[in-house]
Amino acid sequence: MKRGEQLRLDFTGLRAAPSQVVGNVRLVPLVRDEPIEALRLYTVPYSADLTTVRLDDHTAYTAYVPHALVVELPKHGGSHTSLGAQLVRPKDKPESVFRVQVLQRLARREDPSRLRLLPQHLALDAYLSVGFAGPNVPWPEYSREVLSQGLSPRSERSYRGTDIPGLDDALRVFELHPQQVGVLVFVADAFASAFIAPHPADYRRLHRTLLQNMYGELLVQYAVLQPETSALWQRLDAASIDSLDALSQAIDGVRREWSAFAALMASGLMTAEVEAHTVNRLGGFRLMRFLPSFHPDAENHVGEAIVDADGRLAYLETFRLSAAQARRGRLLATLVAADWELDATAQALQTTRPELLARLRNNGLGQLLRSHVR
Amino acid sequence: MTQSSTPPRTYEPELVRLPAGGSRAAARRVEREDLVTFINAAFSSTGQREFYGDAAGQAISIDFLHEYIHGNYRRLYARCLAVGLNHFNTAKIIAKLLASSRTSGHGWHEEGRLVTAALRRLPAPQAFRLLRRLAERRVNNRRARAIARQWLRERPDPDFDAVKYRGALRAIVRHCHLRLPDERGRFLFEGAGGKPYAHPLFEAYRRARHDTRAIYELPFTVAEGFAARHGIDRAKFLAAIEPRMTQRERVRMKQAGVREGVDVRADLDALTLTRLSSYVVTRPLEERRARALELHQALERAARRTLARQRWRLGSVATVLDRSYSSSGSEEKRRRPLALALAGHYLLREAAERYEAHWTPALREEPGVSGPESVLLVDPYGSTDLATPILAALRSRPSLVVVISDGYDNDPPGGAGEVLRVFRERLDPRAHSVIVHANPVFDANDFSPRALTPSVPTLGVRDASDLPTMLAFARFAAADAALDGLHEFLEARVAAFIGPEPEPEPEPEPEWEVVS
Repeated sequence: MKRGEQLRLDFTGLRAAPSQVVGNVRLVPLVRDEPIEALRLYTVPYSADLTTVRLDDHTAYTAYVPHALVVELPKHGGSHTSLGAQLVRPKDKPESVFRVQVLQRLARREDPSRLRLLPQHLALDAYLSVGFAGPNVPWPEYSREVLSQGLSPRSERSYRGTDIPGLDDALRVFELHPQQVGVLVFVADAFASAFIAPHPADYRRLHRTLLQNMYGELLVQYAVLQPETSALWQRLDAASIDSLDALSQAIDGVRREWSAFAALMASGLMTAEVEAHTVNRLGGFRLMRFLPSFHPDAENHVGEAIVDADGRLAYLETFRLSAAQARRGRLLATLVAADWELDATAQALQTTRPELLARLRNNGLGQLLRSHVR
Repeated sequence: MTQSSTPPRTYEPELVRLPAGGSRAAARRVEREDLVTFINAAFSSTGQREFYGDAAGQAISIDFLHEYIHGNYRRLYARCLAVGLNHFNTAKIIAKLLASSRTSGHGWHEEGRLVTAALRRLPAPQAFRLLRRLAERRVNNRRARAIARQWLRERPDPDFDAVKYRGALRAIVRHCHLRLPDERGRFLFEGAGGKPYAHPLFEAYRRARHDTRAIYELPFTVAEGFAARHGIDRAKFLAAIEPRMTQRERVRMKQAGVREGVDVRADLDALTLTRLSSYVVTRPLEERRARALELHQALERAARRTLARQRWRLGSVATVLDRSYSSSGSEEKRRRPLALALAGHYLLREAAERYEAHWTPALREEPGVSGPESVLLVDPYGSTDLATPILAALRSRPSLVVVISDGYDNDPPGGAGEVLRVFRERLDPRAHSVIVHANPVFDANDFSPRALTPSVPTLGVRDASDLPTMLAFARFAAADAALDGLHEFLEARVAAFIGPEPEPEPEPEPEWEVVS
């Protein structure tokens, strides 16, 4: 994979409103004062139990995909039609037990004004393809399979929102703001994911799909271990208030503090530098997916975003990698950067060669190496 | 940021300190607080699912409160029947009192009269269900039997009851060893199986098994079962049974009637304010828009009827009404909190000399409907920002501010509580404006309706016509109220509830005779 551009996501125009806490889930609404009318989103639900996506002639991406997102330029847009998904039945019977569908590409231009994408899977595919092709130089340390076939099959595990105890209740009782276009999801006050839509009407429709989204293992653990998150609230300083106007201003001040506080809690995504690749273009908008720094101390969010010509976010959906996934990502990214040479990689990671080999083994990448090296 | 598990509950050091009177005063304070908690809970809780809490949690929470108050303050527990609690809790108290053994002293006599009076005021289906449950729980003491017998004897149309509540009545009669006159006993136990009856209603019931024409002589709920059994077309059934429907059945079936093309005549004036309001907010928006004037006037008339009964006038009033998404209630209580906000709006508008309403989120401009009717188009939507409308309400310095909300305040969290606290502490320490929070939702975790702040009393409310009672009760919910006042309040309510000492009982009539 060629190197993408380094950038920070631009949250201009978005404002965080005070959070709503239910059990261990904190949902921070993101409000946009001027909605983006030039782009609309809607979902196409998939009933298949397994979706296989052909990326090219030799590569396929397979996952459970609850729905696809369709991005549309409304001025060209026609009716919401179903988008040709081919259904393939692996067995004649029982057809209803397990259905597989085959799609072409994770993000595909259906017609000049319409783009279909598989949310989160586009981003996860970017993560899975780090180093997927394997070494391009036949270093003697690597096994024959890796040299000929790359890392295939490369798999990672994620959890559905329904597996996080309390998330369904939190989404059910969440009170939407009239101008809300997005949400930051915190589980046990750990930042889980961000979702932003261009228009409040789109967000209202897509709110419940957060339950079908993928979440890292870490968040399920946090949710199980910490069933309650404390509700935060701000006490006003009564001594300095002598009129209703002052009281009103104090409340406005509390709202501003909430907004700043949300930005602080989500700083793992909002201020981090990401490596972005443009996947597709639609009108003046650009669909890109991004990878994090894979730094072990930082939150690592992969995701996809649609930005306008000025780089402002119109759509965003992220997936937080668990710690083990981030470690694997880091090892592979460093290997790719060092042309798969073990000594150079060890140096880049500020460690020794035996230590690097141990790390590869411990992170489930031992099968890359020949047995005598392992 | 301060941390707390529930925002409005602040730590109040003065409440932890022992009061001036020592441990006896402390005990009295505990007694008052317990009672206030219980009465508050028993006004709002129905053991049904709420927006935030599930039914099981609600049931456990209210069961505990009943158990606790009954165990510790039995006499006061019985007196709570006179306060006008909701039907669910009234039935629960009656069942608990009848199921437990005799207490000493003259509280016993008062208790019996309270139970009799409360049972008489319960709607028939609830009362039958209560007595049937007592039979199922094998509560069979002389007092319970006598009260059941007395209640049945006072029913205006026992033959009708025998048809409509046949199952429940049979269980009660069998349990209490009652002898029934002529055909009624045979009807209860043989039903449609035996020989023809002389009584036309019983005979209709018998014939309804094989003759579809006889169905339409029966009460609606009974006829519905037969209609399903004979597979009668819904539209045809509704059209023919329409004259036999009760007022509430008419209102309930009106929508079904529209769907089936049958004209069900519903008289909105037969409903109480809260029921009517509940009916209005569950209509689709187009229907509300089309019938705006009719519904508006019906609500106004209902509010006036409520007020005429209670003779209740107020000065300047401002309301803060919550129509956020959480006011949509649950499947079991569809839009109940919103219905209460709307009912409270109409009631206080009629009762006040000067009135202003502040909805949160603010009402949008709707095309086609303007003026006072526009409030009919309220829908539960959006987050709860109580701080802004409370500030707006306080600006005109009204003498009474009523906040009708479930107490979940999230934009910013705890904002309303802070505004009210600072207003009380700094801007209105002499309490020129009385502020009351009426909460239609029972919070199972708190054992009470969720409060906004300790400095404003929070009252559970199930029916808007309870608001006058609740406001009278509000002063006991304040932290510094005295227990004596509460006792006097309860005694006055009891006296009004059970009336003067009854005449010695006349000889029992031959029906409902006890089998020897």
